[in-house]
Amino acid sequence: MWTALWHRLAHPGHFMRWSGAATPWLAGLSALLLAVGLYLTWFVVPPDYQQGETVRIMYIHVPAAWLGVFFYGAMSLSAIGTLVWRHPLADVAQRAAAPIGAAFTLICLVTGSLWGKPMWGTYWVWDARLTSMLVLFLIYCGIIALWRTIEDPNRAARAIAILTLVGAVNLPIIKFSVNWWSTLHQPASILRMGGSTIDPSMLYPLLEMILAFTLLGVTLHLYSMRTEILRRRVRVLTIREAERLDAGAATASMVTPPRSMPVGQGA
Amino acid sequence: MDLGQHAGFIVGAYAFTALVIGCLVIGGLLDQRAQKRALASLQGESGERLS
Repeated sequence: MWTALWHRLAHPGHFMRWSGAATPWLAGLSALLLAVGLYLTWFVVPPDYQQGETVRIMYIHVPAAWLGVFFYGAMSLSAIGTLVWRHPLADVAQRAAAPIGAAFTLICLVTGSLWGKPMWGTYWVWDARLTSMLVLFLIYCGIIALWRTIEDPNRAARAIAILTLVGAVNLPIIKFSVNWWSTLHQPASILRMGGSTIDPSMLYPLLEMILAFTLLGVTLHLYSMRTEILRRRVRVLTIREAERLDAGAATASMVTPPRSMPVGQGA
Repeated sequence: MDLGQHAGFIVGAYAFTALVIGCLVIGGLLDQRAQKRALASLQGESGERLS
């Protein structure tokens, strides 16, 4: 039953129908959750005893970091879908996710730097966590650039799926870098053995912001997937139209000999 | 609200985030509108309709 449901949802025609109905609701819910999250972040969350007001940067930095990794994980799953099942929607999902994942990774890097300067005394250190996030951003950029380079969509899909899976090695490095190496970046404080180390007055607003960012990211992804499907339809129709015009021109040239041809030499 | 001596960093972080997310949203809307227009124009020219 689940397989049948999955196939039905993943069919491009069905996808356009259900995503078209769901996107406005998801967008509204994302806006509402973001508004609530921002209210909590700015007016409810107390200043940290060490970081002071600067802790408010964490409420965008942590969700952005999560989404940067989340979208790369989603792209890796899509890459398997492209390589194993050659499902057209898998490639569409992967292509639509890359710019969104790159944008959230960039937000993570910049907001982390803006937090680091007042807290660590520097915008950047070549720490394992920071460097692995920078590598993630560069992989996103490489994937986006490769898509623009390869003309044939099928070849591009396979090449990028392989590159994406190779780059997925970076995901566990990002997660465990703070445990494997001595880093300036603090160790895990939300998902860790023994529970979170964050006080509930700060933890729940942070989880709310993570939920709001995730819903926003998923909404943007669905919307971008719809655009990508339309772009592929435009491409197919453009090629078909060009072929039709070519065929028309060839027929016309066969019927009407050019003026410059000597009489009797036309087809 | 008093953000203290690091207000510039806090406001800067939120402003940059708003800018990037704003670009994602507006860029996405414009891109889809352009594709819909191109599709409508092509379907009009060829008399075809792909659903």
